[in-house]
Amino acid sequence: MATIADQPTGAAPLQASDAVVVRFAGDSGDGMQLTGGQFTLSSALAGNDFATFPDFPAEIRAPQGTLFGVSAFQINFGSTAIDTAGDAPDVLVAMNPAALKTNVGVLKPGGLIIADEGEFNARNLDKAKYTSNPLDDDSLARWQLLKLNISQATLDAVKPFGLGNKEALRCKNMWTLGLALWMFDRDRAPLVDWLRTKFAKNPVLADANIAALNAGHAYGETAELSGPLKQYHVAPADVPSGLYRSLTGAEGIALGLVAGAQLAKLPMFFGGYPITPASAILHHLSRLKEYGVTTFQAEDEIAAICSAIGASYGGALGVTSSSGPGIALKGEAMGLAIMTELPLVIVNSQRGGPSTGLPTKTEQSDLYQAVYGRNGDAPMPVIAARSPGDAFECAIEAVRIAVEYMTPVMLLTDGYIANAAEPWAVPELGDYAPFPVEFLDHVPEGGYKPYARDEKLARRWVKPGTPGLLHRIGGIEKEVDTGHINYSPANHQVMTDLRKAKVDGVAKSIPDQSCELGAPGGKLAIVGWGSTYGPIRQAVSRARERGLDVSHIHVRHIWPLPANLGDLLRTFDQVIVPEMNTGQFKTVLRDQYLIDARPLNKVSGQPFTIAEIEAAIAGALA
Amino acid sequence: MNDMTPIVRQTTIKDWETDQEVRWCPGCGDYAILKAVQRTMPEIGSTPENTVFVSGIGCSSRFPYYMETYGFHTIHGRAPAVATGLKLANPKLDVWIITGDGDALSIGGNHTMHLLRRNLDCQIMLFNNEIYGLTKGQYSPTSRVGTNSPSTPYGSVDRPAAPCAFALGSGARFVARGFDVSKNLPEVLKAAHAHRGAAFIEIFQNCIVYNKDVFEDFAAPKGAEDRQLWLRNGDPMLFAKGTKGIALDSDALTLKVVDVIDGDWQAAGVIVHDVTNRSVAHMLVEMRFGEFPMALGVLYDDPRPTFEAELLGQNASVAAGKQADFAALLKKGQTWIVGDEVGPEL
Repeated sequence: MATIADQPTGAAPLQASDAVVVRFAGDSGDGMQLTGGQFTLSSALAGNDFATFPDFPAEIRAPQGTLFGVSAFQINFGSTAIDTAGDAPDVLVAMNPAALKTNVGVLKPGGLIIADEGEFNARNLDKAKYTSNPLDDDSLARWQLLKLNISQATLDAVKPFGLGNKEALRCKNMWTLGLALWMFDRDRAPLVDWLRTKFAKNPVLADANIAALNAGHAYGETAELSGPLKQYHVAPADVPSGLYRSLTGAEGIALGLVAGAQLAKLPMFFGGYPITPASAILHHLSRLKEYGVTTFQAEDEIAAICSAIGASYGGALGVTSSSGPGIALKGEAMGLAIMTELPLVIVNSQRGGPSTGLPTKTEQSDLYQAVYGRNGDAPMPVIAARSPGDAFECAIEAVRIAVEYMTPVMLLTDGYIANAAEPWAVPELGDYAPFPVEFLDHVPEGGYKPYARDEKLARRWVKPGTPGLLHRIGGIEKEVDTGHINYSPANHQVMTDLRKAKVDGVAKSIPDQSCELGAPGGKLAIVGWGSTYGPIRQAVSRARERGLDVSHIHVRHIWPLPANLGDLLRTFDQVIVPEMNTGQFKTVLRDQYLIDARPLNKVSGQPFTIAEIEAAIAGALA
Repeated sequence: MNDMTPIVRQTTIKDWETDQEVRWCPGCGDYAILKAVQRTMPEIGSTPENTVFVSGIGCSSRFPYYMETYGFHTIHGRAPAVATGLKLANPKLDVWIITGDGDALSIGGNHTMHLLRRNLDCQIMLFNNEIYGLTKGQYSPTSRVGTNSPSTPYGSVDRPAAPCAFALGSGARFVARGFDVSKNLPEVLKAAHAHRGAAFIEIFQNCIVYNKDVFEDFAAPKGAEDRQLWLRNGDPMLFAKGTKGIALDSDALTLKVVDVIDGDWQAAGVIVHDVTNRSVAHMLVEMRFGEFPMALGVLYDDPRPTFEAELLGQNASVAAGKQADFAALLKKGQTWIVGDEVGPEL
């Protein structure tokens, strides 16, 4: 049985709250992502709103016990609207010294540390570069400390099942999860069901994990009276009624693309090449054959986009996806899609750069690449998703623009959105206006001209195989209307202007920009895009509660920008643009509107905290 | 080829010619290849609307503009990738890839390899002129050692790639060779089109500006009999009017040239060409001209299931019996209902 070696140290007990932030941290082999995922599910079933932040190393299985091998999962859940994964955890579960060392710094003062003291041996302390055991010195005095020998408790709990030592210790995460479920008054039954399904082929492992889960839960029950362990009940969030599910950004993108293809009445072709953190989109889509999805794992990023262009040329909705380095490789082919005026959706799950950068960490530093990163004058619509649920909407919007304007469209998301989960009110496809594609299948009056344009300046889509409409396209400059090769100076001027006017014209089909919070004409606008939505919204909301005159504007359409955005921004005395880059959208706004937009930048691979944005608001309005 | 393509109507060479002005240098070997293709098309049952020429970048890649079919002049080296997406989107199309030695083996080598190993049903015509023509004459990956060019003023030092050996090594199931002005070229093209799967054809093409007559040693009409070995399935590998042949050197496990006395090729041990023999194909693509004649015609032809048939077939079988209910897909996984009373829907 587990024992508490010492009475907990520390000050005030954990306060019950509308919202709680828990961070599970352990070795990459400890199953922290799985633990976090299951705890998320139990939060969903308890009716809480939530946001999660998986934070894991780029190495698949880094050497055990090392600082760089720590994998963490943070969840913020509550009875109020949750927009971020939380600035600072209330509870940190540290499965080894390295996990404690790398995560304790962000723990709220007075917060609770639950540490597996069974792992705080000389070897692991040394790997974590501790000179003395932090569980035994005063270094953790700012927090409440609960030392449990989780390893031993787990071994005891699973002893009847005759597992080897290594296998038995792998049940540690379930013991921990059991304790967490007790702390937050959660039902164990869905977890037990899940374990039975997961280990259907190995009932002994199922039983052992369930025993560990139950033991952790039982420990909470029996230890309640003697320590800092208290049970909390976080009431269900007050959200609109309806059917909900948990949705990650990668799922949102995949489902949104399929929805978009259905609304366009097109089969979808997805060409992809494995890259973190974009691969999950390929994985999801590869299981959706019955929805008219063909997935193709290409030999490289260039082949991935070129195959998608080939499929679009053939009459399917071509889609490709990657992350920064792969998007760079696709640049020339994007130009081909722009020149041949074929629809294409390019999803960029941004990560820390440049070069290989930080593959598993989030960043918003591909905005310049998205808007400007091609040779020649190569305009292309760019959309940015703010959350997993919004990624679904944005994917549909990207498909709409691509097929209505016969253009490639880039959809920006990032590592944070791709991996994070949030509750999602399941929509009805019937609520979305369809935009069925009509292929040209006969010679129009006056003869067929491949580059003749409609009122949107889009050319008609013709499938090879159609009699009477034979034509040739390519990357060489096209003659107006006919599409023949034409190098003449006047023609290039006209065609360049037409391509620009076509993409600029997309602004006519997108909604005017409004304020998320606040109203036009105030002292300060915080202008965000993409995954900074959560922390900006929370920070602005708190500042407004304190009576500060600040508004939140969040831009989905990065290019072209909403037609009224310049006028809207000019109504504010100050404009601050928080971004996880060195000021890229800020520069675009300055260039487009000649306004004094000021940057608030963070490039640490971590999302903004609410406090960081609150501080910027306070500073600006001081 | 594609046997799903019905013969809609009989076409003539005129049906395959565009009104576009051909912009190759006068005397370029590309003209002869274009004519050979236009002459071949009416004889293979294709229709212009169902035919797509996809090319990369280079002199050869202007080809689609001159064919009255659908055509896509893509970017440097990437024609195989574009063709792959096109064929997967519509497997009924008859897809021809036009490429060159730089396009297919330098910048696009990776795509060429993967197209061949996947076995996409298409024809790949590689115009090999052993030089970069459109960029004004730099040496190419197939240029011979010592090639003087603007970028190698003291002669190139790297050894050339062997296109047919590359193709076979990549897993190609059809490998053939011809040259621009050869009267046999249409016959080779027909065989390529009849092959289901990726059909790779290396066509030696005379660049009269930057690499003039580099193939003259075997392509010149005079003495051609002695220098060209035209391979035909089931026929002995004879050349020089039947006075010489190719036999197996069983000690060295290589091919050798043997004299054939009084037409008795069997006595001389001359090999009968079997297009499905992959081992012999490997030796044929490695035969060095000079010591041997230039092996031409269909070197290897042994079909396997095509990529698009396998992939789309799998899609169909996985989808079979499943209802494509998008509403159900959105609700997949663990869901819960928020209403008057909150509770899990398990």
